[in-house]
Amino acid sequence: MLAGGQSLIPLLALRLARPAVLIDINGIDELSGVSAIDGRVVIGAMTREYVAEESGTVADTVPLLAAALPLIGHEAIRSRGTIGGSLAHADPAAELPAVARALDAEFVVRGLSGERVIPAAEWFEGYLTTSRRPDELLVEVRFPAAEDDTGVSFHEVARRHGDFAIVGLATSLVLSGGVISDARLALTGVSDVPVRAAAAEELLAGERPSTELFDEAARRATADLDPPGDLHGSPGYRKTVAAAVVRRGLRAAADNAAKGSN
Amino acid sequence: MADITLRVNGATRTGSPEARKTLADFLRDDLNLTGTHVGCEHGVCGACTVILDGRAVRSCLMLAVQAAGREVTTIEGLAPDGEHGGHEGLGTLQQAMWDSHSFQCGFCTPGFVMQATAFLGDHPDADEQQIREALSGNICRCTGYQSIIDGVLLAAQRNRTLRNREPLSEERP
Repeated sequence: MLAGGQSLIPLLALRLARPAVLIDINGIDELSGVSAIDGRVVIGAMTREYVAEESGTVADTVPLLAAALPLIGHEAIRSRGTIGGSLAHADPAAELPAVARALDAEFVVRGLSGERVIPAAEWFEGYLTTSRRPDELLVEVRFPAAEDDTGVSFHEVARRHGDFAIVGLATSLVLSGGVISDARLALTGVSDVPVRAAAAEELLAGERPSTELFDEAARRATADLDPPGDLHGSPGYRKTVAAAVVRRGLRAAADNAAKGSN
Repeated sequence: MADITLRVNGATRTGSPEARKTLADFLRDDLNLTGTHVGCEHGVCGACTVILDGRAVRSCLMLAVQAAGREVTTIEGLAPDGEHGGHEGLGTLQQAMWDSHSFQCGFCTPGFVMQATAFLGDHPDADEQQIREALSGNICRCTGYQSIIDGVLLAAQRNRTLRNREPLSEERP
């Protein structure tokens, strides 16, 4: 299934994928578009990344997604790459899977047996593997609208702007009267799927932002990680970077929330 | 084979590429527009960057048949219109990059020029950091990048000078 082609065509060029049949869905206009419906932002699977990046609806309603989009690849990649394509490709180092996981997005797939909605927690099954069945097509992704007083950040460490990050973090905090009422953290690059930092989220809920709190959150978020190693970083290095990214990401999100409420 | 019609550098072109052929190979092999260079062939080096309907894209990451009905600009289309029809001379960005010694072997140059053209079109007042980020998806193995950044900055500056001059002359009776 060919959407934006920014991952599939390299796989074809390198002969890592050799499909007998390739179906181009670029001509299906109904699969593209951004709309706000019932407290959610619904994004068609074929919506190009640059379109979502320039969307006022996304910027106003799903600020975490808006923060992540400019970090995807390079400008020429976002000209063609699609929201649904990135999420169906499910690269654990990519930005959008972490955003979807942090916000508990919903994936709408359609197939011969009808339509079903899959929560983000069940969508990512492994490296480049989702729970979509072979006879199903991802048609749209639904992101919940951010509450008032939400602060977000997408923080990542990469060797070069636009590269896949060594480790990245999607953070969304709701600050009610200076107290964190909801914390959502999802890491990229530390496993074969994007990882929610549940232990850190539990710690943060009900607390006031502080350096000590964020240090402890970084410890809890990374305690059970067993990241992969490659030429960009050993498992130990990735774990160290992950802890730093959690501290910085939380600080940035808290500052972002404070700025929003002024 | 599929018959396609598209606009390339302002002219209507037709072709019958195999469905599997990339836009980069179609431009080079079928239309003889060999200014578009093919480096890595999997979307990493940026040498094959062209402008599709106003946006920079990697022509090696698109199939030629997907460009049917679209408007493509390649490096050949950037030179200003000449007196005898066709394209002659250098555009502002090309001249500024020439003046800044932005090229050595020249292999990556078309990709850099196309990416910078698209970027300056949307961000005419870009600063050095923004230009660095915009060009971070293009690889050059000769220059060390500084001279390329210098060239794009110089082009932005010259474009500003031109822009500032034009309204003045209009306002004066």
